[in-house]
Formats: sequence, C-alpha cells, structure tokens
Amino acid sequence: MTVPLLSLQGLTKAYPGVIANNNVSFDIGVGQVHALLGENGAGKSTLVKMIYGLVKPDSGTMLLNGRTYAPPEPRAARADGIAMVFQHFSLFDALNVAENIALGMESPPAMRDLAARIRDVSETYGLPLDPYRTVGDLSAGERQRVEIIRCLLQDPKLLIMDEPTSVLTPQEVDILFQTLRKLKSEGTAILYISHKLEEIRTLCDHATVLRLGENVGECIPAETSARDMAELMVGSALKPPERAGRELGEVALDISGLSVPSPSDFGTALRNIHMTVRQGEVLGIGGVAGNGQDELLSVLSGEVTTAADAVKLAGRPVGDLGPTARRRLGLLTAPEERLGHAAAPDMSLTENAMLTGSVRENLVSNGFLKWRDAENFAKRIITDFDVRTPGPDNAARSLSGGNLQKFVIGREVLQRPDVLVVNQPTWGVDASAAAAIRQSILDLAANGAAVVCISQDLDELMEISDRFAALNEGRLSTPRDTAGLTIDEIGLMMGGAHGMEVAHV
Amino acid sequence: MDLSAINPVLLIASLMVAATPILLAGIGELVAEKSGVLNLGVEGMMIVGAISGFAVAVETGSPFLGFVAAAIGGAALSLLFVLLTQVALANQVASGLALTLFGLGLSALMGQNYVGIKPPPTGRLDIPLLGDIPVIGPMLFNHDIVLYLGIALVAVVWATLKFTRAGLILRAVGESHDAAHALGYKVVRIRILAILFGGACAGLGGAYISLVRVPQWTEGMTAGVGWIALALVVFASWKPWRVLLGAYLFGGITVLQLNLQAAGVAIPVEYLAMSPYLITILVLVILSKDKSNAPASLGRTFHASH
Amino acid sequence: MIVLEKRPQPSRNWSIATPLIAVLATMFFGGVLFAVLGKNPVEAIRTIFWDPLFGEFAFYYRPQLLVKGAPLVLIAIGLSLGFRAGIWNIGAEGQYIMGAIVGAGVGLAFYPMDSIIVFPLMILGGAVGGWAWAMIPALLKVRFGTNEILVSLMLVYVAEQMLASMSLGLLKNPQGFGFPGSRNLNEYASATSWINQDVGMHWGVVFAFIAVIFAYVLLNRHMLGFHIRLTGEAPRAARFAGVKPARLILFCLGTSGALAGLAGLFEVAGPAGQITIDFNVGYGFTAIIVAFLGRLHPLGILLAGGLMALTYIGGEIAQSQLGLPAAAIQVFQGMLLFFLLALDILTNYRIRLRKSEVA
Repeated sequence: MTVPLLSLQGLTKAYPGVIANNNVSFDIGVGQVHALLGENGAGKSTLVKMIYGLVKPDSGTMLLNGRTYAPPEPRAARADGIAMVFQHFSLFDALNVAENIALGMESPPAMRDLAARIRDVSETYGLPLDPYRTVGDLSAGERQRVEIIRCLLQDPKLLIMDEPTSVLTPQEVDILFQTLRKLKSEGTAILYISHKLEEIRTLCDHATVLRLGENVGECIPAETSARDMAELMVGSALKPPERAGRELGEVALDISGLSVPSPSDFGTALRNIHMTVRQGEVLGIGGVAGNGQDELLSVLSGEVTTAADAVKLAGRPVGDLGPTARRRLGLLTAPEERLGHAAAPDMSLTENAMLTGSVRENLVSNGFLKWRDAENFAKRIITDFDVRTPGPDNAARSLSGGNLQKFVIGREVLQRPDVLVVNQPTWGVDASAAAAIRQSILDLAANGAAVVCISQDLDELMEISDRFAALNEGRLSTPRDTAGLTIDEIGLMMGGAHGMEVAHV
Repeated sequence: MDLSAINPVLLIASLMVAATPILLAGIGELVAEKSGVLNLGVEGMMIVGAISGFAVAVETGSPFLGFVAAAIGGAALSLLFVLLTQVALANQVASGLALTLFGLGLSALMGQNYVGIKPPPTGRLDIPLLGDIPVIGPMLFNHDIVLYLGIALVAVVWATLKFTRAGLILRAVGESHDAAHALGYKVVRIRILAILFGGACAGLGGAYISLVRVPQWTEGMTAGVGWIALALVVFASWKPWRVLLGAYLFGGITVLQLNLQAAGVAIPVEYLAMSPYLITILVLVILSKDKSNAPASLGRTFHASH
Repeated sequence: MIVLEKRPQPSRNWSIATPLIAVLATMFFGGVLFAVLGKNPVEAIRTIFWDPLFGEFAFYYRPQLLVKGAPLVLIAIGLSLGFRAGIWNIGAEGQYIMGAIVGAGVGLAFYPMDSIIVFPLMILGGAVGGWAWAMIPALLKVRFGTNEILVSLMLVYVAEQMLASMSLGLLKNPQGFGFPGSRNLNEYASATSWINQDVGMHWGVVFAFIAVIFAYVLLNRHMLGFHIRLTGEAPRAARFAGVKPARLILFCLGTSGALAGLAGLFEVAGPAGQITIDFNVGYGFTAIIVAFLGRLHPLGILLAGGLMALTYIGGEIAQSQLGLPAAAIQVFQGMLLFFLLALDILTNYRIRLRKSEVA
C-alpha cells in the first residue's frame, strides 16, 4: 500500500474537565477528499488545530509522507504544505484583501506582484476577488474566498476546511465544490469538516466519524446512507420534532417599510423590509451570515428604535419603544451571541434570569429587585429546559454552549411571549439540545404564539417553519410557504452566488 | 499690552521646541495603540524619563547619555505595564492609571536632590548653509538633534506601518488579536515590543522637557503633557503625520499663550494657562466623531485559551 | 511552563484574599524601598501602620484617620459606580476643587450672616459644583462620543487654574492683607463642617458613611445598580436588557462628580478651612487607588479608605520622625495599586505549572 499523505496515530488531547480527543487515528491519502464528521463538541476543531500546529497533542504522533510531523506553530505547518480555512474567519476587517493574504504567507512578494497573483489564482479556480477591496466590506462567501486563495497561493498538499458551507448560499456551495474537485484533480488532499451529510456524500471519498472525541467509525460516504452516518455520528436514532397541525390566528407582528442605516462600519443596512407573522405561525428567515440578521434582531428587540409605525405588535405601533417596553407588551427576543449579548458571561444564572425577566416575571417592585423570585425563575428554567448546571448561582460562562442556549431560549419561552424572535437558536449546539430547542419553539407556536426564527441552517428552517423568507444584503425576500420550496428557489432567494460580477475585473 | 514684543522667528522656533515632547510621546503611544494596547501611563513614563534623563545628564555631564537614560527609564516603567496587562491580564485603563500615579511618585523620589540644578546644555546642531538662511535658518534649522530625531521618528513610523511587513503585522495584531493568533503570530510578544517602544519615546519626550525646554527639574513638571499626547493620538486618528501636525498645533498654542502672558495681555494669567487644556478638549470633541481608524482590538485583553 | 487557565467562574475567596495579599506584598517591597533609602524598614512600616493607631500619640492621630479617610471614601464610592460600568471618571480631583470653590463661594456670599440654612446651602453648592464639572465630560461623551478619561483629566488642570484664580481674585479675603486665599470658614460658625473637631468628626464623615450604604443598596438591591454592573460586565447584554447607555453615563459621572464636590466642600469648610492655591492634595487621584483596593465594593472601599488614610498619616509621621521623603509614600501607594492589579488574575484564572511541552 502506498504511504498516506498524513497519518494520525493515537492522538489524545485533554482540557480540564473534558477529553477533546481520545486516541484518534486515521489516514488521509494523497489527493483524497476526506470528511471529518461529527456533532458540535465531538472534537473536530481540536483535532484540526493539532494538525495545524495551534494545539499540541498530549500524546500520539502524526506522520506526514511517512516522516514524523509535529508542527510547533502554524507557520511550521504551512511550511510543510498544510493550509487551513477557518470556520470563524481569521481575517482583518480593516485591511484589504492583499494585505490579509500577505499576512498568511511566509514570504509574500511585493504587494503589486501579490495582487497580480491573487487575480491569477482567483480566475483559475473560479473564485473572483478584487485584491484591493477592504475585507470588512465583503460578503461571507467572498471572505471565505480570501481564505481559500490565501491557502492556494502556497500550493498546499493538504487543505483543511472547517465547516466551509455554513456561510454559503446553495449556488455558492456549487462553486466551492467545483473548486475543490479541481484541486483534488491536481493532487491536493482535502480534509473536509462538516456535519452536513448530503454534502459529504456528494463530495467526499472517505469519511471518519468522531463522537465525544473518539473515532467511532469510517465509511465511504457514497456507499453509506445519510441515516446510517447520522446514527454513527449521534450514537442513537434521533426523533424528528413533532409538528402539531395548528390554526393560524390574527396578525401578531407586522413590519412594513422598515429601513435602518447600518449601525457600525462593517454592518448591514436594512432596506425596506415587509413581513407579517400570524399567531401560531413560525416564519423562518434564512440567509448567509452578515446579510442583516443581527440588525433585524436588534430592530425587533428594541435595541435599535425606528419610526413607531415600522414595527407593529398586534396592530399597535412599537417601533419607537425600547426593549423593556416591548417585553411588557409581549415581544421577546433571543439574540445569536449567547455570551455577551443574550447573557452576561460572569454573572450568575439568577442575575441572567433577571436580565430579561424583570418585567414579565414581576421581579422588580419600585425599582428594587426581588432576588428570591429571580432565583426561583432561574430554577424553573433550569428544570423545565433540562439545563445541566449545579445551580442558579453558577456563572453563565461556566455552562456549555448547548446548556446556555437552552437557558436563553427557556428564559424567553417561559415568559409566555405573544411574539418570539430567535436568531440562530441551535448554532453550535449538540443534536439532542438542538432537537429540544426546536421542539420548544414548535410547542410555543402550537399554543398560539407567533415565532420568527432567523437561522443559517436551512435544514432547520425547513423542519420548523411554515413560511420561509431570506435576507440578502439587508433586503428580505417575499415570504413563501415552506411546503414545496426547492433548494434552487431557496438559493435564489438568498441572493444566488455573491460577488461573481467581480469575475470580469 | 505690547504684542510687538512677540518675535515671530522666536515664536516658531520655540513652538517647535514646545511641540517636541508631545510629538515624541504621541508617536510612541501611536505605535502602542496600533498594536491594540491603550497605555494611559504616558504621563508617568514621561516624568520618569524626565528625571532619569536629568539625573544622568547632570551626573555625567552628557545630555546625550541623559536622553539614552530617559529612553531606558521610560521603557523600564512601561515594563511594569507589560507585566500588568500582558502577563497578569489586568485591565488596561486601570493599569495605565496605576503607571501614572506610580511614575509621579517615583520621579519625585528620584528627583529629591536635583531640584534647582541646571543641567548641562544640549548642543544645537550647526547645520551649514541651511542654518545661515536669514529668518528661516534660525527658525527651523538651529535646534538640537533630538528635535529632528522626533520628526525623523514620525517618518520612520509612517513608512514602517505603511510599507513593511513588520508594520503590517503590527496593524494586524491591533486589528484582531484572535485572527493574528490563529495565523500563528506572537500577539503578546509584538505588543510587548510596541509598549516598550512607546515607553522609550515617552521617556525621551519627558527628558526633552527637563533638559531642553525648561531646563531644570521640578516635581510634576510634565503637567499633563502625557495626557495631551494621548489626546493627540485620537486627534491624529492614528496617522503618524497628523501626530506631527497636532503636536505643532498644541505647541503653538502653548507658546502663544506664554507669549501673551509675557506681553501682558489683559486676560488673567490663569485663564491663559488653562487654554491648552481647553483647546485639547475642544479638539477631542470636534474629532471624536470619526473613530473609524481606531484599531479594532484597542484596549482589549488577549488571552490565548488554547 | 506556567499556564493560565480561565476559571469557569470568578473565585470569591481569591477576590477577598487578593487585596490582603497585595497589602502584605506592598509592605514587604515598601520595606525594601525604605531600606534602599537608608531607613530601617521594620521601623518605617511600624511607624506607618502601627503608630497612628496604637502608638504613643495615637490619641492625636486617630481623629486624623476620619479626617483623611472621609474624602477618600466619599470620592471613591462615586468613582466605583462609574468604574463598574466601564465609565472612567479620573478627573475627581477637578470636581473636588470645583465643589470646594462653589460650596465655599456660597458660604462666603452669606458672610457674616448667622443662619442655620447657610451650611445646607453650601452642601448643595458643593454637590452642584462637582456635579456640573463632571457633566462636562458626561455630556460631551453622550453627545459627541468624546473620551471621558481625557476630558475629565484635562478639566483637573483647568480646575487648578480656577482655584488659583479664585484664591487670588473673587474669593480672596478682603481682610487678608493681600495674601492669597479666602476667609477662613472655621471662623464663621454657620459655615463650618466640623461636628466635633477633637475626635475628627465632621459632616464629611457622616456623608461618607451614608454614601457607602447608599451605594451598597443601589448595587445589590436596585435595578439601576444592576444595570450599572451589567453594563460593565457585558455592554451589549445591557442594551439588550433595556439599559440606555447615555442615561447611565450621565448618572455615573454626575453622581461621582457630586460626591467629589461634596468631599471638596467638607474639606474646605472643615480641615482646610479656606480656599488657597494649594488647597487640593491629590485625594481625587488617591481615591482611584482606594476604589480599586476596595474592589469597587462599597464595604471594601470603606476599609480601603481607612487603610489609605493610615498611610497618609503614617507617612507624615515617618516623614517627621524618620525623615522619609513624602514622595516615598506616594510610591508606596502606587505600589499597592500595582500589586492589586497584578494579583487580580488569581480571581479569574487558575495558575498551573505544567511541564514544558516537547513539540
């Protein structure tokens, strides 16, 4: 048998209280597209960080082309032909494309030459990019191109891609796959990390499945059903959420002609948004990250105020009201960023329960705080939503992502909202917690609340929403019934492939 | 009142002298802030530089050694800031204040025996030809070498930030320390160097006050110049040449109000004396709308969690 | 290799222990400093920390503890509210001066009228003076986003010039034989802040205790205090909770200014007695140390204020008895803040020794 490109042998890495990787071994062949499959928290990120030299294994060895490979830092990994496209981009907003790419190279050529090479490579691989644009102004897909080109300029032997499609429209995913196939044909191996099974089945030659830090099996994706892979990944069969048939009631939330300028340098302006949500309905809002999701949530939560008429709650204008007043009227929200936005990291769960619950749960009288009641409310969230924590005195940041998300969603759901707006409710959350959260959203709707679910996970939106709309550069497409929507239609609603016009520069 | 007593040649010449301490401290702080570090200890580093430079110049009789000592003194104090913010991960605002409070005390302690002494004079450059030009010669080309060093430093910092890889990395670290770390850059090491550079520059600026501008030693003699230098970096919106411009503006105001005092203008001395501070506030107000050039990681603590 | 590991949540034990360790470390390294200066370190430390409380002349020094401690606590309580919310008023020294000028001005305007309303009006004047001075950075920050650190600090230098101008001009004692400085308010019975000078009791002490209680209730029991803490911990979460940042900035800066102004008024109407060019002695800056030493907690600040007052008094004794330079005490206080900030890491991080990893 030929020597594999990279061979991992018994890699183990422990963090306090958690073993991220336990005795993981597998091989990646030359020119192979190898999938690394696993749930959030399965240890995929830690594993690739070891390969990329960001983290050192506690034990185990790696062989590159049969020789011992132990990169002390990413620079060494890059020198050995290993390149990585990060899930959370490692880009600098205020710098331009060429500068960003230069920072990822060992000995970059002069800026002018580099710009020319960027144009070259971007045309060869069908990834159009203007080297002099400021990165902060690019769309998520274009930002990913910057990272990919940064890698390609170094002629990598192994390209690591961490959840690359989570920020792309379906059309952009097609383009990416073409690029990756071209790379493969040129002999570049790709380690493709994902939890999206269909993607892996179309793209990858081989898959390794991680669960709780261990290699639990390998398979040839094309010959394995998505269901089998899912069970391997999760460890048990998952129950899809139940959707009770329900009657739609009155219009609960009505947004008309909403336009808001961008709140920050690299933010997105909202442009002329119209939508209505009825009682008992779940409206799913898709779109690639950075197309106005955060801004839309801020406008609905009351963090950003607008003309009173732009946002109506059961017919009543609320656009000019702040978050507290809106909560009082029954409009509750749960932002995407758990730590620092939805919850204060260093504060206890009791204090975090107070954070949004003070009005509706009656935790204040004359400005004075009723801590005992707040604690009881926190306890109720913990029990009802199965939040794993020693108790309400613990700081928010001591909880795992999934548990904190259950707490955040539970905190709003238990306040019996008339309208609930959630942004990325299951982002970075393990499968069982995600299922529980989706179920609670559906139950809430079944009880007559109107729900707006903003998410980048299209599968999730198809699963729980009655109607679907997409945000694209701050504009919202006309909502359509979910039933019968094709993936192509969804992709076009999301804006197709962004920035392709630059191709003709 | 006798405004004719104000000599424009001397006014410009002394404006350049008055601007140099702010310029030196400002350009040093600019580099530190570009790396993402907000060091509010400029005043403390300046005054420690002022006394270190003064003491060494007096003891050795060499102003040159004095300036070297001032740079070392300023950098040494900034090392405390490094320990607090880069090693112990303390809040940068609080640490900067601590540095200033400590520096003011330390300088007073160091300077006890130097009150009322004259330092050795810092020689002026004798630039042939240029210095002989009437009016412009004595105005621009008849200064000590440190003043020109300050201007040269601005040029060097500008060119480094704009054209070199080191400058690019420094900017990248200040922009997003997490991204820089992910690419394998040594965030903490780069920031430490930037802080030390800032400290050395502030020290030089302080010594310029005690050795050239005044020249003698009194407690608390920097009188807020370090804070004005901090304001200057905001004013300059993190651009080196605008630091130069701003420093000369502030220098001009300082010199002008001193000249007006001497000329016996009908405004009470105290009101003239507060004018540089009021104008600093005014400038801050006018320019604080535009923060777009501020490094995105400015003032945030970096801790690599893995 | 030493590795820092973030604790899942801040350690309560360490947050109480670190100030104590910082004090001990400062005593030790302060001792080293005094030894370098040629003084007996043990004697110096004893003179500073022991003599004012239990020495031969403690009866004289103990009242001083209240006199020096009151302004420190009063100012530090105000500062701590802002610091908690990430609003950095470091110009308390200026607000202290302006409070003194306005408060004393009110009193002097009534001279020599004998009335019970004079002093309350002076208190109001002091608070308003400090408040108004702090509203300058507050309004500029709210309206233009101007950095409050720099503006409040610049205003200290402006206030110092105002002080000079006042003691030479408007408030100058007409019967002062041309010397700079105002009338002595201690000679004007309706305008003195002394309650009992023999035990060091003046209205500033009373207000300091009231401020501590007020701040404690505010931070632990009231929505506004909760919002202050929330803003400091997570500004975005605070806005999500419905906090209006502008209102918080105005409240925090305004309150700290008013308290600093009160401290100035009580000082000028009591221990200092008059407006002079060198009226201010840096309480506004030392209070920053007090606030941090007390971990921004009202009760902590009370203790820290006492301790810092002790170093002032002990420092003066050491100055006269041992010839320890005044600046040495300033360095000593600065050192304390250093150790405190440096040790704070123990609260949030665990320090582990790990064998150097062989890559």
